[in-house]
Amino acid sequence: MTFRALTLALALCCASATSADTPSILVQSTTSTANSGLYDNLLPRFTEATGIAVNVVAVGTGQAIRNAQNCDADVLLVHAKSAEEAFVAAGYGVSRQDLMYNDFVIVGPADDPAGVAGLTDAGAALSRIAEAEALFASRGDDSGTHKKERALWEGTGADPDAASGDWYRETGSGMGATLNAAVGMGAYTLTDRATWLSFGNKGDVAVLVEHDPALFNQYGVILVSPDRCPDVKEEDGMAFIDWLTGRDGQSAIAEFTIDGTQVFFPNAPE
Amino acid sequence: MNDMAEALRIAVTLVLSGDGDLWEIVLLSLRVSLSATALACLIGMPLGALLATQRFAGRGAAIVCINALMGLPPVVVGLMVYLALSRSGPLGTFGLLYTPAAMIIAQTILIAPIVAALSRQVLEALHLEYDEQFRSLGLGRVAAIRALLWDGRFALMTVGLAGFGRAIAEVGAVIVVGGNIDHLTRVMTTAIALETSKGDLALALALGLVLMVLALVVNAAVHGVRNSEGQLAHA
Amino acid sequence: MRDFIETGRREAPRLTLSDLSVEIGGRVLLDRVEMAVPRQGITTILGPNGAGKSLLLRAIHGLIPHAGRIDWGQGAAPRQALVFQKPVLLRRSVAANMAFVLGRDHARSHALLAEMGLQDRADQPARRLSGGEQQRLALARALATDPELLLLDEPTASLDPASAAMIEAVLRRVAARGTTILMVTHDIAQARRIADHAMVMCRGRIAEAGAAMRILAAPATPVARDFLEGRLVP
Repeated sequence: MTFRALTLALALCCASATSADTPSILVQSTTSTANSGLYDNLLPRFTEATGIAVNVVAVGTGQAIRNAQNCDADVLLVHAKSAEEAFVAAGYGVSRQDLMYNDFVIVGPADDPAGVAGLTDAGAALSRIAEAEALFASRGDDSGTHKKERALWEGTGADPDAASGDWYRETGSGMGATLNAAVGMGAYTLTDRATWLSFGNKGDVAVLVEHDPALFNQYGVILVSPDRCPDVKEEDGMAFIDWLTGRDGQSAIAEFTIDGTQVFFPNAPE
Repeated sequence: MNDMAEALRIAVTLVLSGDGDLWEIVLLSLRVSLSATALACLIGMPLGALLATQRFAGRGAAIVCINALMGLPPVVVGLMVYLALSRSGPLGTFGLLYTPAAMIIAQTILIAPIVAALSRQVLEALHLEYDEQFRSLGLGRVAAIRALLWDGRFALMTVGLAGFGRAIAEVGAVIVVGGNIDHLTRVMTTAIALETSKGDLALALALGLVLMVLALVVNAAVHGVRNSEGQLAHA
Repeated sequence: MRDFIETGRREAPRLTLSDLSVEIGGRVLLDRVEMAVPRQGITTILGPNGAGKSLLLRAIHGLIPHAGRIDWGQGAAPRQALVFQKPVLLRRSVAANMAFVLGRDHARSHALLAEMGLQDRADQPARRLSGGEQQRLALARALATDPELLLLDEPTASLDPASAAMIEAVLRRVAARGTTILMVTHDIAQARRIADHAMVMCRGRIAEAGAAMRILAAPATPVARDFLEGRLVP
């Protein structure tokens, strides 16, 4: 009762900051798009074009999806296609669309104890890491990157879980924290290229394995279902998705570079 | 590892350059944590005073519980508040999730037990000293508690600072209920977490230094108030 | 056995205790006390440490539960105030300590402080005063409640002679204005100086009561005699 009253009082006193004289939408997003600086590049253009402000909560894909299931989002932007399709199939979201892609890379210590440098077969690289029992840092947080990593292990026949806590280290943290851990321990890890390029604490860790088609990383964008979540700002959310997948958004994605390297490749259907 | 020196250089540059984003984050941190501290004092100090002065069944259990709640993990508080304020939660209609108000609520819940438990400790000693005198003067319960709170104000300021320190330093609760949204709910600690996750350790450390200076300024301000009035102060 | 004080007048006593007992933690600390306190003058309770003197004051003042009866003569209990051995002062200025009782009656506050020689101390923190000044402030605050019965628990126990003399002078004036004073003291010399009536307590009981001059000069009971001659071991 008092809590309710308190909540209300706070709602009133903070109304100016939130209820928005300008319309705004809430996006639950994977961290890679936020940490790489992509949004800093995209969002001002969208807001300028439409007058709609975009508030981004950047968490792992798994948590982003769960938050969206709780109706705490208007738009979901993540990179785990099968989980996204399940999200839509369960009625939480409408109209999933491919937005862009980039790729994952396996990074590791420069002295490369497992000898994987130069491989273009991620599965083979993981097998060698398992054989060498070289340290591997896993996200372990049900994120899009983690799901991808688990799928890659599936194909190798190795069982990293048996070595959990030994050479297989599950950080249960975001990409940045996991990279910090990998740099700190001299471990291999799987990361998306955008996060890696913009990551500031690379130490002596470098990209060792890349360009495997299995490392393809598709990003999708979904409107949270207004039927299930009546508070969803359908019109503004749809405007954002239309802009992202339209000509302006797609070219803005293509123009975004880190140190001169393009990191996201637009591939929304025409 | 030159990170420390580099951090110091960045911190000084950031502060001196009057970086707009930095000030926005600093002000929001202060607004959130000071509001939470004020609310926690409004709730916790009278509660502490009640526990210090009244004898009732279950008092011992209540004190043990409040003392234990001092150890509430911020992330757990964040999750509870998230579930309550989520649009699909019981208080979802207010639309408070991912706003500064949600962060204030979470930090209030986090530090109210600290304020209550420490207030109880401080006021119980004072109550032992004053009780017979107040009863001799025929003072009512409410008047006695008001007098205790007023006379304990200097010790209670330190209690408030303990709560503020916990609030301004925590990241677990505000990142869950605030979402670390740029220009809306980004505070010092969530910005530090973000820069750490980006691997920009020097900038993260620099922000940490700014945060420490901030805490220092608030503590010095309270100390100043104590001392200027403290002439009346009273051993 | 009833030890009534010979009041010298036909006036009803301010209060009469019948069969008053206090038991704490299974120990009987006041044992069926019977006594009467005369309306006029200063009554001192003398006795060794642990006799139950402070406890008796607290029981009369209603601060601790007791068995037996307190009879206030005609009508309800009178306005009363208790000054503790160690003054309990608020962590505020001298004036604010007075205002705590008096509210906005500044004139009264000023007059009482002046009577206690504290008029120059009004703005100082009460807890920075000397021991004697603190006790005088506690006394001023007690008097601010306009007590008909003033209870004092060894008010000069830790004070130097000058401070004690100052308080004694105030007490005489207060008694002369018609306030009943009941004061606990160890100090036989002090009792000689200001007491009109005296009672000697030992082990939770009143051993002897009567006119102060008579008791202090020629105690009738062995207990009172032993105490006054410094031979009573508690």
